[in-house]
Amino acid sequence: MQNVDVMNISEEPKVNYLTNGFSLKSWLLTKDHKRIAIMYLITVSAFFLIGGLYAATIRLELLTPQSDLLESGQYNRVFTQHGIIMVFFFLIPVIPAILGNFFLPLMIGAKDLALPRINLLSLYIYWVGGILTLWALMQGGVDTGWTFYTPYSTTFSNTYVMAVGLGVFINGFSSILTGLNFIVTVHTMRAPGMTWFRLPLFVWANYATALVMILGTPVVAITILLLAIERVGHVGIFDPAIGGDPILYQHLFWFYSHPAVYIMILPAMGVISELISNFSRKKIFGYEFIAFSSLAIAVFGFLVWGHHMFVSGQSLYAGLVFSFLTMVVAVPSAIKMFNWTATLYKGSVSYDAPMLYALGFMGLFLIGGLTGLFLGSMGLNVHLTDTYFIVAHFHYVMVGGTVLGYLGGIHYWWPKMTGRMYSEFWAKISAMLVFVGFNLTFFPQFVLGYLGMPRRYASYAEELQVLNIFSSAGAAVLGTGMFMPVVYLILSLVFGQKAEANPWHLPGLEWRTASPPPTENFEKMPVVTWEAYEFGEDNGLDHEAVRGKELVEA
Amino acid sequence: MQSNSWVPLFPDQASSFAWQIDYLYFYLILISIAFAIPIVAAIFFFAIKYREKEKFATPEEIHGSTTLEIAWSIIPFVLSMTIFLGGAIVYFNQYRPPENSMEIFVVGKQWMWKFQHGTGQREINELHVPKGVNVKLTMTTEDVLHDVFIPAFRTKADVVPGRYTTLWFNATEVGKYHLYCAEYCGLNHSGMGGWVYVMEPKDFENWLAGGGTGQTPTEIGKDLFMNKLGCASCHAGGQNQRGAKLEGIFGTEVKFVGGGSAKVDEEYIRNSILNPSGQVVEGFQPIMPSFKGQVTEEQLLALVAYIKSLTPNSAPTGTTSTPAPSTPSANANTATKSAAANSNK
Ligand code: HEC
Ligand SMILES: [Cu+2]
Ligand SMILES: [Cu+2]
Repeated sequence: MQNVDVMNISEEPKVNYLTNGFSLKSWLLTKDHKRIAIMYLITVSAFFLIGGLYAATIRLELLTPQSDLLESGQYNRVFTQHGIIMVFFFLIPVIPAILGNFFLPLMIGAKDLALPRINLLSLYIYWVGGILTLWALMQGGVDTGWTFYTPYSTTFSNTYVMAVGLGVFINGFSSILTGLNFIVTVHTMRAPGMTWFRLPLFVWANYATALVMILGTPVVAITILLLAIERVGHVGIFDPAIGGDPILYQHLFWFYSHPAVYIMILPAMGVISELISNFSRKKIFGYEFIAFSSLAIAVFGFLVWGHHMFVSGQSLYAGLVFSFLTMVVAVPSAIKMFNWTATLYKGSVSYDAPMLYALGFMGLFLIGGLTGLFLGSMGLNVHLTDTYFIVAHFHYVMVGGTVLGYLGGIHYWWPKMTGRMYSEFWAKISAMLVFVGFNLTFFPQFVLGYLGMPRRYASYAEELQVLNIFSSAGAAVLGTGMFMPVVYLILSLVFGQKAEANPWHLPGLEWRTASPPPTENFEKMPVVTWEAYEFGEDNGLDHEAVRGKELVEA
Repeated sequence: MQSNSWVPLFPDQASSFAWQIDYLYFYLILISIAFAIPIVAAIFFFAIKYREKEKFATPEEIHGSTTLEIAWSIIPFVLSMTIFLGGAIVYFNQYRPPENSMEIFVVGKQWMWKFQHGTGQREINELHVPKGVNVKLTMTTEDVLHDVFIPAFRTKADVVPGRYTTLWFNATEVGKYHLYCAEYCGLNHSGMGGWVYVMEPKDFENWLAGGGTGQTPTEIGKDLFMNKLGCASCHAGGQNQRGAKLEGIFGTEVKFVGGGSAKVDEEYIRNSILNPSGQVVEGFQPIMPSFKGQVTEEQLLALVAYIKSLTPNSAPTGTTSTPAPSTPSANANTATKSAAANSNK
């Protein structure tokens, strides 16, 4: 049904970024953002798998109230390592480093990121941090919780705190460099005509994320450094036994780690904006409001860290300020929700797998966001914090939000990245399994939390077993749903139908070049004459020249 | 007691403010439903009504609406403010212990809870409290962070090394309730807990009277002060003692050499003992030695209790070595009675 010969994109012999050199060296020393993204894809997925296996172990252990499968010392390591791997080596890099890396330049019509060598460096830093951490896990692991609270982490734990801390510390520089690269790229590499307000919202979201990365990550680096000084040098910073202050650690830690939540969720929101708009084939409702709400979230996100400390003994009045600001930061997220919903109105909504993920995201993120209000309300927080309620809440945000956003994105752009179509049938099944399994796993945990089941417990009260069994059963479904894409996406590389340049007939720049794109991204420098998500007649997209005719003529 | 239903959905409600947290919870559930239903309904409705009818159609453009944007920014903001205010009011109720509460000292330690009643009874991992009495826990830990969490009372607070934190409640239902450590503290974190027993006041008195009672914290503190630690050599010399006057200082404001002042509370007394040169009282020389490392957390709490008990005319004069005679059980009874008299309801 497509005219195959519109442009040289579909002419077979042309070299694309994947076929441009096959040696190991051509990959390891590449400066191509797309190849770097693919290498990130492989490693981040490996970490996701490891973190997922830890999660499975946790749910198995919690099938019974006693700590029988694991003894509590092992259990403590398992949940700590699940958290560390998932947060620092999966959730933080996953969307920026894979999808952002690959598509940010394509979406703004650039040849590459502004600093290609730095991009490669950030990948190597990620590898070094990751390998160090894995090594520490194999030596015996850590048991401090991913939060490394002092003085347990500095004085009491005799596990591999230093090695893992160093791994996380090193990895932080990878985020900083990626963030820096994105900011410079968006400022300097936009194609002619690609004004700020023509940027796709995925670019805005990554830009806001990059700001948080470069402003927040140094703080966690310093915090880990101070932790190391105390642990190794016995200088009293956080341990009161030697003159330190344990609450100071919490302030420093959350000053980074709350914004880090936005490092994890903002890019996913960017993906969702793309998906909702493109699969409704309509300009996104309230473009500016969505763009600015990303920035507002990034800024306000730095002012609410104290909401993690309502029961830690901080002053009641400080708590008031943090609670108030937490409520304020909920508003931009609500704005996004409303705008996405309104975008569907009078659209032409299709239900391809990426859109199913996007709709799933909306449902889960809604619950994640609303339960955030429960926790931001101080009186309730006192009862709920450090229970399974909080565990459920942040999994709704991090898995229901970030992971679904990522899965939606990877399906959506898979044809562009690999030049192959995946099996739509299996993709739909997997999306639905993930949604159902996710709710079955985590919804009971809200109830468990209100009942008072504390988090990080290897054994728990007998009367809570039924709900825990539900949760573990859900995890089995969720795990299956999440593992399926690994299989059918890999199979698609061999058996998948060849993807067209623009399989979904979308106006975005990334669809106006071949699938997979050539190393230099565009044959000719594109000139942008259309608004973001403009499906109208005059966007150069329509009709015979679906795949970038104007680029040839430009 | 925990409900016996097949799947418990709601915890026991056993403290005077528990209903406030539960109301807040229901209010939030209500708001969530009121929010979620229209959004989810709209998503379903639009997604079905406007589903793709022709492949790759180009529907009409809609640009957005500033009125709508303003409406759906302001409404959530206003609602969130009600949540904020409700939460803040409840929080202040949870975290500001009433005056004259019955005080119990708590020391956390990997992986157990040690409690000491004002009358001297000690308990480990079990806490007996009377119904209908305001109880205040003054808490610290010997090692890492812990957290006292009693779900049926809807309250918890971190227990922090090097300082005192407090928690209070007024139990309303006789029964046996879970006591947890809610802040991760290492190997046996999930085993660090036990039970809170709420008893009728007279049963509680009997409980206190029975069971071997030791010295009260005040008595232990006095013994330490007078004999074991030699505080009395500076602080109990009458007119020309070298140390500051401690009688009746609790709750007052003290001025320091070089400016600054502070209110004398538990935390302040603790710091004065561990780090005297940190805040030297006006009119005195910085000669008091630090007792850091020489006193345990429990001894510190006893010293605090003793200094609190000193009224302006109860001068700890006489550096004699015999503690004032007092029968523990008689003491226990008066303590309970006065505590019961402070009860809220
Ligand atoms: C060598 C004498 C000396 C000894 C022994 C001593 N103190 Fe002191 N203490 C002082 C002096 C002098 C001050 C006032 C100056 C200052 O604040 O350091 C003081 C201040 C205090 C204060 C603060 C009083 C206020 O008005 O703010 C407290 C509380 C206190 N001491 C308790 C103790 C206790 C408990 C002990 C025993 C464990 C003890 N002291 C042993 C000399 C002593
Ligand atoms: Cu936060
Ligand atoms: Cu503990």
